[in-house]
Amino acid sequence: MYTDRRNITRRLPPISRRRFVQGLAVGGTVAALNWGGWPASGEATPHTPQTLSGKHFDLSIDSLPVNFTGRRSVATAVNGSVPGPILRWREGDMVTLAVTNRLKVPASIHWHAIRLPADMDGVPGLSFPGISPGETFHYRFPVVQNGTYWYHSHSRFQEQTGLIGPLIIEPRGKDPVEFDREYVVFLSDWTDTNPETLFSNLKQQSDYYNYHRLTLPSFFSSVKKKGMGPTIADRLAWAKMNMSPTDILDVTGATYTYLLNGNALNANWTGLFQPGERIRLRFINGSSMTAFDVRVPGLPITVVQADGNDVEPVTVDEFRINVAETYDVIVQPQNNAAYTIFAQSQDRSGYARGTLAPTMGMTAAVPAMDPVPMRTMVDMGMGNMKGMKMGDMAGMDMSGVDGMTKKDMPASSKDAADKQGMAGMKMDRQGMTGMDMSSNSAKQTGREGPQGMAGMEMGSSTGTIPFPQPGPNTMPIVSMSEVETKNAEAHLKPSNTVHMQVGPQVDNLPMQVSERLNDPGIGLNDNGRRVLTYADLRARYRGVDGRPPTREIELHLSGNMERFIWGFNGQKFSSAEPIELKLGERVRILLINDTMMEHPIHLHGLWSELENGHGAFNPYKHTINVKPAERLSYLVSADTPGHWAYHCHLVYHMEAGMFRTVVVS
Amino acid sequence: MTTQVRFQYCVIQVKHALLIFGAAIAGQLSCFCTQAARAQVSAPQQSGKITATLPGMGPPVMDSPIFAHVLLDQFEGRTSGPNNELRWDGESWIGTDMNKLWLKSEGFSSKTTVSDGDHEALYDRPIPRMRYFDAQVGVRADLDSGPRRAWAAVGIEGLSPYFFQFAPTLYIRDGGNVAGRLTGSYDLLLTQRWIVQPEAELNFYSKDDPARQVGSGFSDLDTGVRLRYEFSRKFAPYVGFAYSGKYGNTASYSRQAGETTSDPRFVFGCRLWY
Repeated sequence: MYTDRRNITRRLPPISRRRFVQGLAVGGTVAALNWGGWPASGEATPHTPQTLSGKHFDLSIDSLPVNFTGRRSVATAVNGSVPGPILRWREGDMVTLAVTNRLKVPASIHWHAIRLPADMDGVPGLSFPGISPGETFHYRFPVVQNGTYWYHSHSRFQEQTGLIGPLIIEPRGKDPVEFDREYVVFLSDWTDTNPETLFSNLKQQSDYYNYHRLTLPSFFSSVKKKGMGPTIADRLAWAKMNMSPTDILDVTGATYTYLLNGNALNANWTGLFQPGERIRLRFINGSSMTAFDVRVPGLPITVVQADGNDVEPVTVDEFRINVAETYDVIVQPQNNAAYTIFAQSQDRSGYARGTLAPTMGMTAAVPAMDPVPMRTMVDMGMGNMKGMKMGDMAGMDMSGVDGMTKKDMPASSKDAADKQGMAGMKMDRQGMTGMDMSSNSAKQTGREGPQGMAGMEMGSSTGTIPFPQPGPNTMPIVSMSEVETKNAEAHLKPSNTVHMQVGPQVDNLPMQVSERLNDPGIGLNDNGRRVLTYADLRARYRGVDGRPPTREIELHLSGNMERFIWGFNGQKFSSAEPIELKLGERVRILLINDTMMEHPIHLHGLWSELENGHGAFNPYKHTINVKPAERLSYLVSADTPGHWAYHCHLVYHMEAGMFRTVVVS
Repeated sequence: MTTQVRFQYCVIQVKHALLIFGAAIAGQLSCFCTQAARAQVSAPQQSGKITATLPGMGPPVMDSPIFAHVLLDQFEGRTSGPNNELRWDGESWIGTDMNKLWLKSEGFSSKTTVSDGDHEALYDRPIPRMRYFDAQVGVRADLDSGPRRAWAAVGIEGLSPYFFQFAPTLYIRDGGNVAGRLTGSYDLLLTQRWIVQPEAELNFYSKDDPARQVGSGFSDLDTGVRLRYEFSRKFAPYVGFAYSGKYGNTASYSRQAGETTSDPRFVFGCRLWY
């Protein structure tokens, strides 16, 4: 998509227009006996979802015949497009969206990470009953943030079948990020298999889609590399747990075709540029199950925004983007040459590809995929790795976890022995009144204000207005001195101890969990490239809620891989109580990943301020990727009441139970 | 009765037994399900309690749906030159993560007889505190060309450490008859699609049952090794070698009947699941 920022016109699409997303395919059959990789897909010319901008949008959800793989299939489309049209909103506007469901089953659209009243969030069962067939639902809410986001269905597996799309919100003032040209780069995973069948296959055989399993030949090549003893020891250690070090992604290129802006490999989506231009690429991972490792060989990538919030520019060669995350980056090609946008799946079972070029039709070399990564004992929580800060021994019954939660948290030190810190907790009202609100309050009209600080009464049950998104003009609502913060930390109400036990829903309890924010992730260590880590993300603007948390909530990401059951604290959604937050309170959520897989955890409606050591400049995120045997924490200001979804954004994990309701009241 | 008629009779008997037991279990299951559903629907109406879903709405995710699968692990011809027989060994399950109905069936069919016909219907539930093992309780019916027997069955089935599929089961019937069965298998990957599977099944009986040519003690072994090619997970033709052996009194009965007690054969077949 190329957007001329000076001349955005509003184009309403014809409703319920059916068309083929791609032309007929050429070749692309599975050569089962010659397994050199996954088949290329249907060939077509590159295309980009259309852009809709303005304040009112008419969206139509309908089924759409598609051909991404060489076989005809049926997708779920918005306005006849997969992914759906790029929606462009403007911060400060009141937007209305009339969404009509032309399917035969209920549908929904959830505005991912958009701060809005809970009944506009689009989650069936929590926000509203869903949109019945033939019905039109009218969303209406003020836009109080800016950045790169996306939208998707929250009904069963509709996002897997294509009900996904980019969402861009322009800042009200001048965009602090300078660029000459921008493109959305929307990554997704497509399968011709019915998602219900796919889910059922995983229940019967959890490694159904893993074609990187350990084999006899791989045993011998490992012996050659590491020696007989270590190889046998390693294999036995994994086998004893009935786990596989090649268990990277549950659903792979064996069934997925990876798409970039809805283009399969052969279509080669292409974005044009003039040499010397600063190009802003808005990367969105709209996949159901796939984490991508993204790079543009030959160009340094400067990350300027993560999850819709500006960060201090950091220049890297590569970054990992897990499901539902977004990264805005700047690239500046100087040469009159083409560059490949290369997004390989985390398990190296396939990739999506696009091109940046001065003229249409120019292409650059597509790099080979990296070697298939292997999980280590660290991922299983059974070993140390150099350069990694280790936490306490959690012990098999995890009773020690409580004791460790307050230690070496990156953003808060617990060394303060001062026990008189409660004064700090009363700061919220004082801090408010002491602030000069006049510069902002003029713009405020209830919820519609873009930076709703006026009338803020934290901790009271009435009149709470959500905190604004940090920006160049926002000021911290409450700021505390370092000493006061330490005092408050000392009086932090610890989380209830979570006792984890192995069982049908829990197949692994790590002996050791560690802080892994400096770790770019499996397959990205020592690859000769500078890879983004979570520790690199430093917010460009100071956080708006300077209060320390008053309590901690500890949650273990748990699951049984073999049974394909997932949950929090060993419980599926259906057997768990909701997580209750008091309106106005600030809490620390402590996540401990007991499983062997990454989980991108998404909290609806509220920001997740990742505690990665940057203090007041900790980044605001909406989806936090937690690595195996990792322990991390983030702060949440419960400033918007309602029932909010909280879940792993891997859709089959979510539907298998890794979901909780967070109730703010 | 001709063999064919007798076999059909057997099949009808099996169907009957399974239907009755299946209906009972299904009743239990649906009871579970409706209770769960009722709990979820009615929960929000409890006064003052904060609930995970809003009143009158379904849950945002459905994490306990009912799945059903059928696995025909062995569906093969066995040959030792002039003697051919058909062997089947399969299982199916239907249910949720926590409550399932399992149906298992195995047997041999030759030109003249159906033998070793064993059909089971079991209620299955994961064992608390165990990662990969389920407890199973139900009934077994020996239905083939021989006299019929009905057993109560209790056992476990699952994945033991080091990826061994393992299922010991204990059977009890009237007259103080006790039987035991142990099955195990292991998948060895030569490549991602060429897989060698050694497997074995051992049977034990507490008392002689001459009518079925079964003797007390360790009675028989059926073991084999099969090389399959997974065109897909659900379709994998194979070739292999199987050995059936009879021991103790069971072997004596076989010898009296003029049958072999040691029967090595080549096998070719297809592993299927749905």
